[in-house]
Amino acid sequence: MDKMPKWADIALIPFLNLLIAFVLSGLVIFAIGENPFKALMTMIDGAFGSTYGWGYTLYYTTNFIFTGLAVSIAFKAAMFNIGGEGQAMIGGLGVGIACLFIPAVLMPHWTIALVFAMIAGAIFGAGWALIPAYLQAKRGSHVVITTIMFNFIATALMGYLLIGPLKLKSAQESASASFPDVTNLPTLHEVLAPLGISFSKSAPANVSLFIALAMCVVVYLLMNRSRLGYEIRAFGESPTASVYAGISPTKIIIIAMMLSGAISGLMAINATMGQHERLILNAVEGAGFIGIAVALMGRNHPFGVLLAALLFGFLYQGGSELSLWSKIPRELIVVIQGLVILFTGALDNMVRMPVERMFIAAAKRKDA
Amino acid sequence: MVGAKTEGQQATVAPAIELRGISKAFGPVQANKDISISVQPGTIHGIIGENGAGKSTLMSILYGFYKADEGQIFIHGKETQIPDSQAAIRAGIGMVFQHFKLVENFSVLENVILGVEDGAMLRPSLAKARKSLKALADEYELHVDPEALIENLGVGSQQRVEILKALYREADILILDEPTGVLTPAEADHLFRILNGLRDQGKTIILITHKLREIMEITNTVSVMRRGEMTATVKTKDTNPEELAELMVGRKVLLRVDKVPAQPGEKVLDIKDLHMVDDHGVERLKGINLNVRAGEILGIAGVSGNGQSELMEVLGGYASATGEIRVNGDPIDLTGKYSDGRSRRERGIAHVPEDRQEHGLIMNFPAWQNVAFGYHHSEEYQKNALLMDNKKMVEIAQDKMDRFDVRPPLPGLAAKNFSGGNQQKIVVAREIERNPDLLLVGQPTRGVDIGAIEFIHKQIIGLRDQGKAVLLVSVELEEILSLSDRIAVMFDGHIMGEHLPDQTDERELGLLMAGVTGEGDR
Repeated sequence: MDKMPKWADIALIPFLNLLIAFVLSGLVIFAIGENPFKALMTMIDGAFGSTYGWGYTLYYTTNFIFTGLAVSIAFKAAMFNIGGEGQAMIGGLGVGIACLFIPAVLMPHWTIALVFAMIAGAIFGAGWALIPAYLQAKRGSHVVITTIMFNFIATALMGYLLIGPLKLKSAQESASASFPDVTNLPTLHEVLAPLGISFSKSAPANVSLFIALAMCVVVYLLMNRSRLGYEIRAFGESPTASVYAGISPTKIIIIAMMLSGAISGLMAINATMGQHERLILNAVEGAGFIGIAVALMGRNHPFGVLLAALLFGFLYQGGSELSLWSKIPRELIVVIQGLVILFTGALDNMVRMPVERMFIAAAKRKDA
Repeated sequence: MVGAKTEGQQATVAPAIELRGISKAFGPVQANKDISISVQPGTIHGIIGENGAGKSTLMSILYGFYKADEGQIFIHGKETQIPDSQAAIRAGIGMVFQHFKLVENFSVLENVILGVEDGAMLRPSLAKARKSLKALADEYELHVDPEALIENLGVGSQQRVEILKALYREADILILDEPTGVLTPAEADHLFRILNGLRDQGKTIILITHKLREIMEITNTVSVMRRGEMTATVKTKDTNPEELAELMVGRKVLLRVDKVPAQPGEKVLDIKDLHMVDDHGVERLKGINLNVRAGEILGIAGVSGNGQSELMEVLGGYASATGEIRVNGDPIDLTGKYSDGRSRRERGIAHVPEDRQEHGLIMNFPAWQNVAFGYHHSEEYQKNALLMDNKKMVEIAQDKMDRFDVRPPLPGLAAKNFSGGNQQKIVVAREIERNPDLLLVGQPTRGVDIGAIEFIHKQIIGLRDQGKAVLLVSVELEEILSLSDRIAVMFDGHIMGEHLPDQTDERELGLLMAGVTGEGDR
């Protein structure tokens, strides 16, 4: 055995990473004079203790599944798409335009509205990724730099549209008019009620969750079973070998980035269409960046992304409950999230290498 | 041990290097197993063995790249710990790597002092180095222009810079890893003169190679490694190439290739006035005219870097060019949409690339995904319009791996976990089994062990005997001479001449490879 067993790679290591992050967070909480165990209980209770908590946790999870999947696809093609935030914003613009401007006769039911919104969100998100992708493929401008810049451009563009052309004239804030009722997506409360399960009415989780789960399966099949996925992975592993095999780098860079942008853009069906039901500034709330951590922690595997998204959903929801019910300031929640990202993403090897050595040593002892 | 004159002192002179019971394992792989070796000062000691025999690991331990699990190192009789390469340098060990570690756009002097500058200002260090380089050059025939930029030097000179670097750091034990791989025969001879000079001055040299000829020519003693163990250490004058080859492989080896005379048919490949300019604007191919017929192997000899790689890249579909290439009589696209690797494969061109790790394989992909690589569009790998048939891909890979004796025959194992020879077998199996009209083969046996070399050569000849055309590029003259039905020599982007293998020899080809013409070639 030259490496550790698979279960250790996908379960034990992330668990240890998390444990260290939580222990350190606990120490920080202890240092400011609060009880870390009570804090943890508050977070768990806030995120999972009620259907209301679940509703928010799953809402955030849905966002992170989309952005996490988006980052992971680009990762597989060896590209670091930092632009999930902007792509999701512009995806929201697409969703908003579809909801506001497609005539009611074409959208008799929310399911049809959802299809339109998904198409528009995906196209807008993909379009926003296309320019950095083109610049990378044809001009060699690094995609990390250009996607970061495109986040700022997206923010500025949304700002302009929401105080200008798309602004609801009668309102004070920078937001569009509310979407027509037919485009409002059923919440989990409405979905689960016929099954006799009562779910909080005020929680934002909605049917987009199921789209997100389906996306995990679609991305898995795309990456591991389709020819395109094979080519994307081959390119990501070795661009030189891909050229030998007749795979066009330009094509793969552009397609992978557009897929990534499209899935980021789909996030808007959850946030913009499902929750806010109108266009607002900052509907994305940093989910594009969290997606990077989610993809890292999920090892770029769709089901890993799903689990990591759930974890971050918990941190988001549990964190806001914590700041509500304790003296722990809001900023400390960000510290905890930062520690989790640090240990699961950036410092992964710190845990991985000793554990790997341990397994190899153990295997050797057994052989001897 | 060197000769009569030191025989008497042998007991009093401590060995320059003595290794006792060195073992090193990488996971389950025992790379070095209880290796003991003793090298007398002022000798050239050869270490020979197949790829993966553990030569490089042993030298990496000596140079501080790896830490041995067990064992001791003695330098001049004193036990020495070598935790890193700095410690190795302090102990007087210098290493010349197979792939040079030079800064391309620095001058020779700047490279020599890199890492051993005397202070914050460069000028005094450079002046000192200039003086000592001149002394070294006079002493050992190591002439290089100190002000020249590395990128403007030939490989032979670059290698001399590496040796100078080691000597400037006052190394008295010099390790050379496969030093002649990139050299012409003449350059190799020059290197051997330098090494002989160094030995006469009392330096100790360890030469790692897989070329038996070099061992016989220059070493005093030779150690043979096989599967991580030191199988024998003998005086060179008491042995012969056949015995060494047998010690290396563990069985009798055929050093010659058996084949029947070629039966050339129609022209399969016809190249006319092919020019190619690389990304830096340098013209790499300067009007190539060549043809390969069905049922023959055309070998292209030459020192690497003279356009052979570029020719293969153009033919394989990953570099554009101008001129004309016809395959089976019809021209192929050289610049446009149909000049990629996929179009080439569709025209019946298969390609075993020179660098299997860089081009031929995806090292992190399992074998079964590599077996489909480049042919992943083909009908048999598709399940339906959307998905590929992974199960079928594994089956096909398993079948090919069994028939090509890939060890271990596990389709799920990542390519990087196979030895060089088995990696090459995967590539050869993939390309030959496509039944191509034209097979391009670059350095088919580079980094491949002797056992696998035999097998791969047989496969190439088998394809020729089926009436296919084979274009072979190799820097190993021996390989070119034994496989080819015709030999063309490439130098500086030109074809210098064509010869029949039984009417030429290494000397004549060597001159052509160095760009010398006019010896009655047609």
